Amino acid sequence: MSDAERKPVRSIQTPMRLTYHYTAGIATSRFLHGIAEGRILGQRCPVCTKVYVPPRGSCPRCAVATEEEVHVSDRGTILTFAIVRVPSENLDVPLPFACVHVLLDGADVPFFSVVQGCPLDEVRIGMRVAAAWVEPDRLAPTLQSIRWFEPTGEPDVPFDQLREHL
Amino acid sequence: MAERCAVIGIGQTHHTARRDDVSIAGLVREAAERALADAGLDWGDIDAVVLGKAPDMFEGVMMPELYLADALGAAGKPLLRVHTAGSVGGSTAVVAANLIQAGLHERVLTVAFEKQSESNAMWALTVKTPLQSAVVAGAGGYFAPLIRSYMQRSGAPEDTGIRVALKDRSNANKNPYAHLREPDLSFETVANSPMLWDPIRFHETCPSSDGACALVLSSERAATGGAHPPAWIHATAMRSEPTQFAGQEKVNPRAGQECAQEVYAKAGITDPRREIDCAEIYVPFSWFEPMWLENLGFAPVGSGWKMTYEGATAPDGDLPVNMSGGVLSSNPIGASGMLRFAEAAMQVRGQAGAHQVDGARTALGHAYGGGSQFFSMWIVRSERP
Amino acid sequence: MREVAIVSFAQSRHARRDLRNEVEILLPVVQEAVQRSGVERPFDFTCSGSTDFLQGQPFAFVLALDAAGAWPPIAESHVEMDGAWALYEAWVKIQTGQAETALVYSFGKSSPGDLPEVLSRQLDPYVVAPLWPDSVSLAALQARAWLEKSGRSERDLAAVAARSRRDAKGNPHATVAGDFAIDDLLDAPYLASPLRKHDCAPISDGAAALVLVAGDRARQVCERPAWIRGIDHRADLHALGARDLTRSASTRIAGEKAGVARRPVDVAELHAPFTHQEYILREALGLAEDTQINPSGGALAANPMMVAGLIRIGEAARRIHDGSARRTVAHATSGPCLQQNLVCVLEGE
Repeated sequence: MSDAERKPVRSIQTPMRLTYHYTAGIATSRFLHGIAEGRILGQRCPVCTKVYVPPRGSCPRCAVATEEEVHVSDRGTILTFAIVRVPSENLDVPLPFACVHVLLDGADVPFFSVVQGCPLDEVRIGMRVAAAWVEPDRLAPTLQSIRWFEPTGEPDVPFDQLREHL
Repeated sequence: MAERCAVIGIGQTHHTARRDDVSIAGLVREAAERALADAGLDWGDIDAVVLGKAPDMFEGVMMPELYLADALGAAGKPLLRVHTAGSVGGSTAVVAANLIQAGLHERVLTVAFEKQSESNAMWALTVKTPLQSAVVAGAGGYFAPLIRSYMQRSGAPEDTGIRVALKDRSNANKNPYAHLREPDLSFETVANSPMLWDPIRFHETCPSSDGACALVLSSERAATGGAHPPAWIHATAMRSEPTQFAGQEKVNPRAGQECAQEVYAKAGITDPRREIDCAEIYVPFSWFEPMWLENLGFAPVGSGWKMTYEGATAPDGDLPVNMSGGVLSSNPIGASGMLRFAEAAMQVRGQAGAHQVDGARTALGHAYGGGSQFFSMWIVRSERP
Repeated sequence: MREVAIVSFAQSRHARRDLRNEVEILLPVVQEAVQRSGVERPFDFTCSGSTDFLQGQPFAFVLALDAAGAWPPIAESHVEMDGAWALYEAWVKIQTGQAETALVYSFGKSSPGDLPEVLSRQLDPYVVAPLWPDSVSLAALQARAWLEKSGRSERDLAAVAARSRRDAKGNPHATVAGDFAIDDLLDAPYLASPLRKHDCAPISDGAAALVLVAGDRARQVCERPAWIRGIDHRADLHALGARDLTRSASTRIAGEKAGVARRPVDVAELHAPFTHQEYILREALGLAEDTQINPSGGALAANPMMVAGLIRIGEAARRIHDGSARRTVAHATSGPCLQQNLVCVLEGE
């Protein structure tokens, strides 16, 4: 067969599998151990005193290590949100769902999670929500121990009070 | 101290969902050969090569500049690989320009690409480790909450994003290289398209593209005598800030504001809206046009949407934006930033064909990446600095 | 060219497996380099080197920015390469006149994955990578070719390993150090003939950082600045069958451009992750017999990927800083079988 008669190769499959053994790091490990006990632990920056959760061992704003551990509430306020309707690999949650930034009481950075327990069109900026934990015997050092956040019924926080965090 | 630097060759591929007629090497070479032809040069004229692309996990090739050295004629030459997330195409051009400005080389080839069909970008952007629950669905899932935040703060009319999408897609119809070409797209079609990451609709979202872009940059000595006039680089700037920290302004990031201030100051621009003739800015989701118009100082905070709404950013407006159709119409991620820089250069060279802005002499190229935290920009002009 | 000097250098202790995250590894290293530099933040430019595939997470460098001191926002860039090339980009930025000071850092956490297997992802994705040739096997092909051509023996390779590990006893950052008899080393089984474990660099997690300052300002902040008198980098063809693996053409060109041979070299820090590569590099750079090679122990003592090249430059600078050398050469490599190479010549006043 001449080259002209051959069909070009337009695609080949080259499966790739690499196995990684992740480590969470020191600060995040402590945080995950807290989660396994049903507690949310943040870290406070020694310079700007802001509280980070989940902690990564440093304050990106001040570029210093954070060591002081602080308890953060599992309640908070929705800063902003999106309704996800598009499928994506690796997603844990059935579609559609509300992906939210929650400012936990006592923390200074938003926490990424999902809201359930109310119609999607009721999710709004300023809404008060609380973590819904898995059953106590299923608590483990993973964020999957928090199934989602759900409305508490408390009055909304006015937008002006959230401006600094948006 | 810095040598002058000019864009003397521009090349790009036809951006499309799947270029299965070429390998990754074939794709980058196609753009590079077009840039060399535009400059009237050959491979042997090039002193150094600078390659940019977004995360290697997109194609599953680690540090692909190593494998691409052969296709890019880099053997025996300096070869650099830049990666600054979504802004990389712009940053790569800046690094290449620096090589000329430092007086190290006469002619540098810079190339950026993404071949999304050989990969799964949504997978690579939603990596799930046992330590975290995955709730952020790709780039749309990340940016949709920021857009909602902008909508709330600015009080912009809800159809602002639809208008941006219509304008950019309409511009793309005049660009033979654009991926999405939808001459019949109507307001109703965009408005009724499904919400992917509410408030982002399907037609307000960038596509996934295969594509590459290449530029030949040269010193002042080597810039003359080509078939086309050079685009002179008057200023470049890059700025970064951390991903997330307390009190961060995510909708109007300070890194973007300061990057713009620096690039204007270096180019001697004091009133950007008046002095810049057109701008190619990185808008992967329609609402980012008004957000970046404010961040770039073209409009006061909270009123960027008015420029869109009043048609100021349309091809016949006072500041045409994304004449090429922008990222909304073609998105080979790693190349998307360089395409913005290239379009700015094409405009001041008078090379943009049906999407040429009449009399464009000063243009801005803009790119951003990460969680709205990496910025790169340049100002090019038809006049020598 | 503008005068640019390295005024400080810091590195982590390079463990086989560091349980800290990349920011926790990097932060103290950056702080130490900054503090020793005597330069106040903000730096005019910051540049880093790393690669996502090591830890299997995209955008590894993005979170590492948390350690850089990026607030208020900074002029910053990143290469998906060894930090030695980040240093090059920073040096270029200073040459353009857009910066007087620069912070350069890199980090690499190889421990989460199987490094030799991960590195196979650097190869031609259509015809080579699908065969999964690991980095040690490819280096063994090169070693075999070099042994055949040079007439040297595996004992010569073991001698490099023994010397490197012995010298590393004085390096508190090393992953591997100690006294080893060449005969004992040669008793070990092959990993990939002709290479044994001692011929291969250890796998290390680590980070390094240094500070560049231009002109007289460097003299003000540093007693003995390490002046960059020449720096150049070159690539070779990627296809292993298309180049002579027993030589390093790109190192030779980079060495000539950087001016290695202009004056005698006291110390050379060569980034040779495999023993035979040290011989190839010495020849390519034309180093004299009396040049001391890798007093730190080199990559054979600690090889945090994407950092080991920058460490060579930092170690070469350190010899100038402490007054023990007047002229040093540092080399960094990247890619399979020494595909890409950078050479940097440093001098005291």
